[in-house]
Amino acid sequence: MIFNYIGNYSLIISVIISLIIFFLSISNLQKINIQKKINLNKLNFFQFFFVLVSFFSLVVLFVLSEFSNITVFNNSHTTKSLFYKISGTWGNHEGSLLLWLLILTLSLFLYFLSSKNRPIKERLLTLIFQEVIIIGFLVFLLKTSNPFNQIFPIPKEGLGLNPILQDPILAIHPPVLYFGYVSTSIIFSSSLASLVQGNVNNLWAKYIKKWIFVSWIFLTIGILLGSIWAYYELGWGGFWFWDPVENISLMPWLSLTALLHCILVLEKRSLLSSWTIVLSISTFTLSVCGTFLVRSGILNSVHTFANDPERGLFILTFLFILVFLSLVIYFLYEKNLKTNNDKFNLLTKESSILINNWFVMYFLSVILIGTIYPIFLEVLSDQKISVGPPFFNKLLIPFLIPFLIFMSIGPNLNWIKNKNFGNKIQLAIFFILNLMLSFFIIKMFGKITLTFTILLAASFYLFFITFKDLIKKNYKNTSQAISHFGFSLLILSILMNSILSKEIIANLKVGEEINFMENTIKFKKVESSSGSNFKSLIGFFEINSKDNKKFLFKPEIRIYNQPKVITSEADIKTNFFKDKFLVINLVKGDNYFNVRYQEKPLMIWIWLSTILIAIGGSVSFLKRYEK
Amino acid sequence: MYGRKVKLRVLFLIVLFSSIILTIFLILKSLEENVVYFLSPTEVKNLNELTQDKIRIGGMVKKNSINISSEKINFVITDFKNEINVVYSGLIPNLFQENKGVVAEGFLEDKNYFKAEKILAKHDENYMPPKIKEKLGEK
Repeated sequence: MIFNYIGNYSLIISVIISLIIFFLSISNLQKINIQKKINLNKLNFFQFFFVLVSFFSLVVLFVLSEFSNITVFNNSHTTKSLFYKISGTWGNHEGSLLLWLLILTLSLFLYFLSSKNRPIKERLLTLIFQEVIIIGFLVFLLKTSNPFNQIFPIPKEGLGLNPILQDPILAIHPPVLYFGYVSTSIIFSSSLASLVQGNVNNLWAKYIKKWIFVSWIFLTIGILLGSIWAYYELGWGGFWFWDPVENISLMPWLSLTALLHCILVLEKRSLLSSWTIVLSISTFTLSVCGTFLVRSGILNSVHTFANDPERGLFILTFLFILVFLSLVIYFLYEKNLKTNNDKFNLLTKESSILINNWFVMYFLSVILIGTIYPIFLEVLSDQKISVGPPFFNKLLIPFLIPFLIFMSIGPNLNWIKNKNFGNKIQLAIFFILNLMLSFFIIKMFGKITLTFTILLAASFYLFFITFKDLIKKNYKNTSQAISHFGFSLLILSILMNSILSKEIIANLKVGEEINFMENTIKFKKVESSSGSNFKSLIGFFEINSKDNKKFLFKPEIRIYNQPKVITSEADIKTNFFKDKFLVINLVKGDNYFNVRYQEKPLMIWIWLSTILIAIGGSVSFLKRYEK
Repeated sequence: MYGRKVKLRVLFLIVLFSSIILTIFLILKSLEENVVYFLSPTEVKNLNELTQDKIRIGGMVKKNSINISSEKINFVITDFKNEINVVYSGLIPNLFQENKGVVAEGFLEDKNYFKAEKILAKHDENYMPPKIKEKLGEK
């Protein structure tokens, strides 16, 4: 098939172009006046273009179900609908790496277009660092996971895509998340370049801020999509399980969030320059680290497409080289950082940002240790352990309280110095009021614990203060107000959700019923039906609430033909107050169905508030763009 | 005598380092308390004393061992050398089937009897606990 060759050769062409760009930039760097930058612009475009061609060839191969291609054979099937044939392109190891590369070259192209005001040497250096990353991934792709390998004789039918990946949200989750991950590489390269050039100042901060915001928004939405998917598809009714794969996406997000705030300090006050560089390096490292852990098969999950030690070794080596080189550059050029000798005053915006940065670093290290400690232990002592939610809850929740309080106070402080901080008493009284409010709420539901009460108080505190900022007409920073308000809403909904969620699990036969909190759940009948590549059993459940309202739930069990996998499709009734969630599973083909019914208050607010957080970021980005 | 600035800086460094050490200590301490060990039925048999901690047991669901009633489900986890009886009530994942890999989390009542609180769903139909895989590979 011709597309196999087109795809393969355009990848090889892009390696050659990358090498040309690499050497051209190095030679240009040594000249004093540079005239060839137009050339580079075109080359960047061609590099992106050829990766795009290669990506489209793979999409075409998937659409045509061309099983002479091993990747297509392993991950597709003729009975799959067209939409999932296309999204199946990045639902596997090879294809997702190609997507990663596509975004990598795209973001370099965008960088070069958008950075015309930056010093030319800084741009060239960024280009060089970025090409190192691109070449590394291109070689990785071609050497260990070429998507265009062929198989002979040509099989008649493919092996199919894991059915739980056949889902509309999962079709867009990887591209969005990848865009967030990959655009951190620009932040990484650019910060190293400006470090070498001694340009780490407020002008650079102003430029790179755009990239930080873009990757932060995409990462936020990407994580949100994954979380929503896990909620309705995995049938556990939760949105976050402290699963290693989830933690791995959260770590770059935390690091990026810290960076997002400290770049503001750099822009306004020219402080924290070396901290900014460290955060830029660590954000990108954590992104690649995530790819390594997920792709190498060390973590067993839906994201692990293949167990191949060679791949893991390659990424690990590459990661070490990257970290080593960036640290060498950091220590060689650290003297270039101009330190601003202004004193830090305790009650200022910058110091509250710094303090919250430390908290974020603490959260990050807890998650990092909790995630990689089991891996190290297994390698060192052959013991298998797992670290679950209790560990994270115990270490994170207490520190969330001061974090929330600083977050409420910080944004209302001034830069440099605060002259009139006279409303201390007012703030304290307000906090005590919130404490009482949350005490009553918790008492109402009968689960009084000290930490929960204070935590709830702190989040109410943040909620009211950010809400006040949001509706204040002349508040300077709309985007910050929106994001912080969204965050307080998120914490509140998560807390309420975890305190008030209720569930019942039972094994039922058709015709049986159970009682649950003054509701009767009746299992009426089972019907069978079928889709293009699955057969399904639909259960009919009637729930009678105490005020005699009837709800009909139709959860589904699907039996896919290829691969032969059973999945559950939960039936969820959503409103602004609570989600009602019913899911059934098949047990051993017996008459018994395993039924789980949950009531989850404020569930939709968890999603909405996360969207609000991302909207806040977008507002800031758009505003800056207008100017 | 040193100036005020130097003193402040030294103080700052001391506070910084002691808080880092404290943090690491705190994390490691709660790790110790909160980890869940993963054992195979054979390892359970070889335990010197019965552990009170929460553990995970991994293996294959023995053929024809699943027994279900409205409140609970009984089954046997085997690693082809030893077996353990499991009782469980709660959510059963779709990939829980006879002759397939399973991981159960809960407490040991005695060496033959395990009370599970959770059965872990694995996303992949070909999943097998790594230790079982090694053993099957040897055969």
